[in-house]
Amino acid sequence: MKYVDEFRDPAAARSIAARIADEVDPTRSYAFMEFCGGHTHALCRFGLEDLLPPNIRMVHGPGCPVCVLPVGRLDLAVELVTTRPEVILATYGDMMRVPGTGGVSLLTAKARGGDVRMIYSTAQAVELARDNPDREVVLFAIGFETTTPPTAAAVKAAAAGGLKNFSILCNHVLTPAAIDAIMTTGSAESRARLDGFVGPGHVSTIIGAEAYEAPARKWDKPIVISGFEPNDLLNAIHLLVRQTNKGEAQVENAFARAVRPGGNAAAQALCDEVFALRDAFEWRGLGTIPESALKLAPAYEGFDAEVKFDLQYASRPDHKACACGEILRGEKTPAQCAVFETACAPEHPLGSCMVSPEGACAAYYLYGRFRGVAPRLAAAE
Amino acid sequence: MCLALPAEVVALDGDMATVNLDGVEAPVSLAFLDGVGVGDFVVVHVGYALSRVDPDIAAEQIDAMRGEETAGEPSAYGDVS
Amino acid sequence: MAGRHDADGRRLFAKKLDFKRGAVDLTHGAGGKASAQLFEELFRPAFDNPLLDRGDDQARIEGAARMVVATDGHVVSPLFFPGGDIGALSVHGTINDVAMAGAVPTDMTAGVILEEGFPLADLKRIVQSMAVAAADAGVRIVAGDTKVVEQGKGDGVFITTTGLGAIPDAVKTPPAADRAQAGDVILVSGTVGDHGVTILSAREALPMSAPFESDTAALHGLVADLIAAAPGVKTLRDPTRGGLATAVNEICRASGVGALLRETAIPIRKTVDAACELLGVDPLYLANEGKLIAVVEASEADAALAAMRGHALGREAAIIGEIVDDPDGFVQMETAFGGKRLVDWLTGDPLPRIC
Repeated sequence: MKYVDEFRDPAAARSIAARIADEVDPTRSYAFMEFCGGHTHALCRFGLEDLLPPNIRMVHGPGCPVCVLPVGRLDLAVELVTTRPEVILATYGDMMRVPGTGGVSLLTAKARGGDVRMIYSTAQAVELARDNPDREVVLFAIGFETTTPPTAAAVKAAAAGGLKNFSILCNHVLTPAAIDAIMTTGSAESRARLDGFVGPGHVSTIIGAEAYEAPARKWDKPIVISGFEPNDLLNAIHLLVRQTNKGEAQVENAFARAVRPGGNAAAQALCDEVFALRDAFEWRGLGTIPESALKLAPAYEGFDAEVKFDLQYASRPDHKACACGEILRGEKTPAQCAVFETACAPEHPLGSCMVSPEGACAAYYLYGRFRGVAPRLAAAE
Repeated sequence: MCLALPAEVVALDGDMATVNLDGVEAPVSLAFLDGVGVGDFVVVHVGYALSRVDPDIAAEQIDAMRGEETAGEPSAYGDVS
Repeated sequence: MAGRHDADGRRLFAKKLDFKRGAVDLTHGAGGKASAQLFEELFRPAFDNPLLDRGDDQARIEGAARMVVATDGHVVSPLFFPGGDIGALSVHGTINDVAMAGAVPTDMTAGVILEEGFPLADLKRIVQSMAVAAADAGVRIVAGDTKVVEQGKGDGVFITTTGLGAIPDAVKTPPAADRAQAGDVILVSGTVGDHGVTILSAREALPMSAPFESDTAALHGLVADLIAAAPGVKTLRDPTRGGLATAVNEICRASGVGALLRETAIPIRKTVDAACELLGVDPLYLANEGKLIAVVEASEADAALAAMRGHALGREAAIIGEIVDDPDGFVQMETAFGGKRLVDWLTGDPLPRIC
């Protein structure tokens, strides 16, 4: 695959790893947070941590919209589809298996007769509304800024088509706000512990690398925007090491092949038209964060499922033993959580970090829990 | 997060395009991108093209990653903004 | 379901079944005339063998010393997909289960549960597909049963098959899941994920088109060649639901060992790889219906590989790793960079993701 394979070239990976090893200061340790779930996934899937020197630690961030969606919001979707037979709930595959309150997921709701349909594109949800005029189609909208423009496009198309039976349950969230939240909810000590961030690549194609200048300045940490291939990540880590060594706190766009200055203006304009900022929104594992999420703009309120169906959100706390908050801030590792692998595992997650394969705990469980337990096998070269 | 892949545009049809990724073809909306041509590579997420891959920047970056620095000072393979 | 003939050989049924426009109804499963007609006009001529013709409710098979029996339920949706259908799948699946024990499959049964309203034309297509698959494999379908459930209570058709086979004397120690030992080599007979991707893209009506095709096939011929070249073969497994990853984990668990796989050695079609990237699913967890995993002693690895590659169903066979000592039973995989990751059991069902 072009523009994928070249960034998975093992020889280049070793070359970058060698440069990282050269430049790290052996007298100190480094801790970088890769914010984005896709980056966590790439780190684990390619076993990249084996190529990093032992004094670099990657702290897995919250950047998976599935992980940070509060249980109470998922319950709203489940409630809609189980109490209203006229509703067709259109959802991405990611959300289907996440357990809500009482362990009821959308998949369970479907088994109980709820009309849950998996979609691959928001356009399919609009099509469902057109094809089923006697039903109410609700798009379960989740995602960071990459996924928001497709939702906006769907709402616009529904409006243009005069569709009265289409609405969205909006859970779109914003990444710069999340970086602020990680830095604010922790102690000064945990803030000092993180040396920098690997910034989200695809989100930046929409909002531009400039969007991270404020948090970089505010928290005095470097942020390097990275693509999702393994060599992109190694490259970004290299740049972070360099900046950390020099005491710099700049935003670097290391994904310039796809991230243009200013991001995607057309996408941003559409989102500005269709969405408005919520005063505050609860994030699983991080608490309530001000101005961190979106709702529909007043002109598009007719497409807001919360208004249409008079949905009442109720916050549900996570399990007492859940250590996701501390894990997200890099204060604990998944293995240090009391319920890791026992009460909390991918089949029965208790907290946000275990909920999707990109959460810190799930990624470690699925791809990395043999470390520290299994004999280290020599790699054949 | 945001699973997206670069895929080659092989056909155009108004606001839509067909992309091809190693033999797999999929329809993609061009609602957010102007001036896309056949042969361009676009980053695709949930059926929408979000950005075009710049072949020159990509080539530079691939070379830099391999360690083939251009003449002169060692280049940082990221843009400092 | 046995056949019933009128003593004088007169036709028992007034009107022949309409396989073009007819549909299954509840009487076809009730055990009376309608059931008999379905058997007489569809199943019996399709599966065509003297045991079935005898009209008993069971078949008497001349037994051998080491018999193998396996059973499988088939509920695949959609029923028809590129490369095959539920009929072929059911026959191949059971033949393969028997073959993985080193046995030669000879006979099988087929229990069919139909949904009221299911078109007879589709049923005929499926039954013919079963007949062809069985005949090609030299296997007889010697007994069966048909039931019909009310509309809405079934997914068109469910098929349960049970297969029988005997282990030839030449196979000294039959392959088994608990025989793998550290130092043994792991092979796969060909590309992974073909069937899973085909079904996923057909079932979810994904806006994606590619020449995907299920790899459904009967593997007993390949197994015979493999055993002839590598008689000490330790374990054979066909990685169906749960994929290669789950199958290797199962073997390791049964044998009390671990494994180290090499990602770059695992054969996969470009289109399947691309589709998996696009959908965000891991090909190691997708079903394969015409592939096998073999664990052999290191000394027999090259012979095993050559034997598989010499067979039409094993052209892309490859050595993909080895068994290692590991009391925790982890299956590790070396990625292209030499970095390692765990290849865990499948959790849930592989669904496409956007994140």
